[in-house]
Amino acid sequence: MIESNQNTTSGITHLQEEKSNVAISMSAYSVLLEILKRDIRVALRRQSDVAAVFFFFIIAASLFPLGSGTDPKLLSAMAPSVLWVTALLSCMLSLSRIFASDYADGTLEQMLLSNHPTVLIVLMKILAHWVLSGLPLVLVAPLIGLQFNLSNEQLQILAISLLMGTLALSLIGSIGAALTLGIRGAGVLIAILVLPLYIPVLVFGAGAVNAVSIGMSPNGALSLLGAVLALALVFSPLASAAALRIALE
Amino acid sequence: MEKKISINWFKYASPKTFYPLAGKIIPWCAIGAAILIAYGLYIGLIIAPTDFQQGEGYRIIFVHVPAAWFSMFLYLIMAFYAAMGLVFNAKLSYMMATAIAPTGAMFTFVALVTGSLWGKPMWGAWWVWDARLTSELILLFLYVGYFSLQAAIDDKNRADKASAVLALVGAINVPIIYFSVKWWNTLHQGSSVSLTKAPAMAAIMLQGMMVMAIGFWLYSVAVILMRVRCEILERDSKLKMF
Repeated sequence: MIESNQNTTSGITHLQEEKSNVAISMSAYSVLLEILKRDIRVALRRQSDVAAVFFFFIIAASLFPLGSGTDPKLLSAMAPSVLWVTALLSCMLSLSRIFASDYADGTLEQMLLSNHPTVLIVLMKILAHWVLSGLPLVLVAPLIGLQFNLSNEQLQILAISLLMGTLALSLIGSIGAALTLGIRGAGVLIAILVLPLYIPVLVFGAGAVNAVSIGMSPNGALSLLGAVLALALVFSPLASAAALRIALE
Repeated sequence: MEKKISINWFKYASPKTFYPLAGKIIPWCAIGAAILIAYGLYIGLIIAPTDFQQGEGYRIIFVHVPAAWFSMFLYLIMAFYAAMGLVFNAKLSYMMATAIAPTGAMFTFVALVTGSLWGKPMWGAWWVWDARLTSELILLFLYVGYFSLQAAIDDKNRADKASAVLALVGAINVPIIYFSVKWWNTLHQGSSVSLTKAPAMAAIMLQGMMVMAIGFWLYSVAVILMRVRCEILERDSKLKMF
């Protein structure tokens, strides 16, 4: 008698749990979307930060012709590597923004304590970073490419490779940002940690544009870039989430 | 009566029991390393015949190739201990990973320097952007990142775990970096040691390289264990009686 009673009560609590789980999973998407929107909104409050990265990209890329001379052939040969390395550096400059301010005011801790999966929260923060620091570069890079005497086809491939590549950069970079959270001298340290990991993205991204320059198909390099992006999409949020938990211990 | 044999697998996972064990292993490895490296150098510098294409200059491969092997091998071992540390939360695993890093970086540096010394007479340049040389350079960068992160974090516990995560991320990236760089550019002579086909070099050369490799391995064990012992003493003041 008592046993059956216990069974029914546990059954009821089980049902209740299930119900609340359903409620959580239904609201999970909207919560994640809300995090994405919030991150973009907060970043846009400090517009100068967002603009600074954007202008860094333009200024740094414009410095190269001043150093190398203005031979159009030389410029178009250099352009893929110059634009890609500059994109790499400007993406890296803004990495600390992904977590630092939320870490400083305790928001990040609250987010990790919530019952939503940390990995997805991290992924949303990375996406917000990409929208504000990667996407503008994709849009402005073809304009800079014109200064470097690139052909139409090269400009297209440059934009496509940057579209995929900058997302991969934000994903991989988030690991460095999470590992160096709250550490003195984090800015330079991020560069040392993240730049070696960026090499495959650079090789395939610039490689796609270079392939077009020598009259080959860029599809091989773009596919490999897509593969790197897919790997980064799966593993980076996991590694970043692990690093965040370590940082917040 | 049946007697149950039980082995305590974790007996030496505690720094306290590991410290004396390491102390016993070190002298044997150190002596073995000295003998084997001396013998390997003897084979490489005196017994091995002069290469008819590359002359005497090729003899540097007896140091270069084993050093390059160990630079990569030790990174993987470091990542393995880092993973062990994260999974079992074992302090000793983190200490091992910390202790392996300097030796791995040293071998990477040796491989780079000997490679460029070999490259000058053979390729006519100190540095060539070939796939293996470049990935070795990137491996050095990964080691530098590991050191820098560990040095930047004051809290030992967090430094251990954070650098362990970095070591794992690096280990996943090493093959990707290698193939991306290989795809990007390949000038290097084909790998001369292969397990699947008959080695393209004289048996005596292979023998010399193997002896050097085992010597380097014993050297690594000895040095890493010495470093782990220092690490144990530094972290645990109660064990200072040893």
